[in-house]
Amino acid sequence: MNDTPWTAQRLAEELLEAADTATSRTSVEAEWPELDLATAYRAQDAALDLRLARGEKLIGIKLGVTSRAKQKQVNIDTPNVAWLTDAMRLPAGEPVVVEEYIHPRAEPEIAFLLGRDLAGPGIGPETAMAAVDAVYAAVEIIDSRFAGYKFTVTDVTADNASSGRFVMGSVPASPFGLDLALEAVLVESGGEVIDSATGAAVYGNPAEALAFAANLLGERGHTLKAGWLVLTGGMTDAVPLTPGMSVSAQFSNLGSVTVRAQ
Amino acid sequence: MIPHQELADALLTAYRTGEPVEPFTPRFPGATIEDAYRVQQLQVAAWLDDGDRIVGHKVGLASRAMQDMMGVNQPDFVHLTQRMFHLEHAPIPVGTFQQPRVEPEVAFILGRPLTGPGVSIADAIAAVDHVVPALEFVDSRISNWQIRIFDTVADNASSGGVVLGSRPTKLADVDLRLMGCNLFINGELRGTGAGGAVLGSPLNALVWLANTLGPMGVTLEPGHVVLPGSMTRAFDVAPGDSIVAHLAGLGSVTTYLAKEDQ
Repeated sequence: MNDTPWTAQRLAEELLEAADTATSRTSVEAEWPELDLATAYRAQDAALDLRLARGEKLIGIKLGVTSRAKQKQVNIDTPNVAWLTDAMRLPAGEPVVVEEYIHPRAEPEIAFLLGRDLAGPGIGPETAMAAVDAVYAAVEIIDSRFAGYKFTVTDVTADNASSGRFVMGSVPASPFGLDLALEAVLVESGGEVIDSATGAAVYGNPAEALAFAANLLGERGHTLKAGWLVLTGGMTDAVPLTPGMSVSAQFSNLGSVTVRAQ
Repeated sequence: MIPHQELADALLTAYRTGEPVEPFTPRFPGATIEDAYRVQQLQVAAWLDDGDRIVGHKVGLASRAMQDMMGVNQPDFVHLTQRMFHLEHAPIPVGTFQQPRVEPEVAFILGRPLTGPGVSIADAIAAVDHVVPALEFVDSRISNWQIRIFDTVADNASSGGVVLGSRPTKLADVDLRLMGCNLFINGELRGTGAGGAVLGSPLNALVWLANTLGPMGVTLEPGHVVLPGSMTRAFDVAPGDSIVAHLAGLGSVTTYLAKEDQ
């Protein structure tokens, strides 16, 4: 047992250590009832600083809990935002090595590549989309550091929104003329269709999710940078990955992404 | 022996009175799926005697999840009759349904006859004249939807009503498998999905239907409507509810249930 008092820094160190060693833990908020959302984001930022200090590069952000169905499921009423570094990127074709994770799950997502800086607050979806250079298919491999994915909103926020790795599709699509609310994904595993959804499941529209992220980060003094990737949030339920399994996400207009677990 | 006519009469009475019947399965644990279709056919015969006419078919239990729930490994079907159809934007009167749930679908309108067995995807594609967006109301004459497979098949595959959209689209102009679908009830997004959620592709349901009906001497006729199954789960609806489904590339279809005092 660690007897030092809880701080954002200690929380960041413990959660990063848990991620590095693929070790799960129980709710932090249960031990530290004073943990609030602002402190959770400070812990997330402190973990990013630790990652940057060891050479990782900041390459974008991700959103979590963007679907209303998911929000009801985990009893959280607002999305959260977290950091992406280059170390979280899984090159297409590389397997998901299950033992490197605690309990990996795959989620299909719509991703944006920003062509311009985007600074909230006050950003609406139209302005947000004007900063998007290209739209991509993506699959995120989420991995909560909390056993059984049992966490509070502050727990999961401090835990970088359950970030694990992510795989990008290879075909950039222009955002112009693309109806993201009706962009569908068909999720298959072993050839069988297991789920489907559209972009509307992402906060009504992934453009709304991008605006939300720009505004939330703007309030914390951050600008989304040109060249960053934005993972807008899971469209379907996350699919638990076990060795030998493959999961394929096929999109209406964005191509497809396949991940294989071993 | 299963008293087919008695069960058919009980269901016909339930349609008339609005009073649901208790589930049949506990009374007749040995009843087969063939018995259930016999009960279904007796009701259709009664409707035809009463001046109704067959205008198509619907496929039910088109997703693996629904089949697992019913303990079966194939879909089911029923005849669609002219009286089940309601016009878009016209109120559906109170009392039309008993325990309605709504499902978004893509409806096939046939241009050529389709007779199984031996129907292939190519045959099915050649037989379809066009597709339109559709809303299907499923309903149950069985108390509290306490259905097992025998109950739902006997009860006309839990059919209720159909609303077709009015803009036809040619099959060649849409990828039904990766077509997105958003379902809104009273303006709130309730379900999202893709066409592939229906047996891998809605066309697979058409093939299955033709090959299942063929050996029974039934041909799918030109002008007939085929509902292949839902792209989302079914959602409970009540008087006063308005329902819209948006299908990517096909447009939308809208209906509403009249309020109690209309």
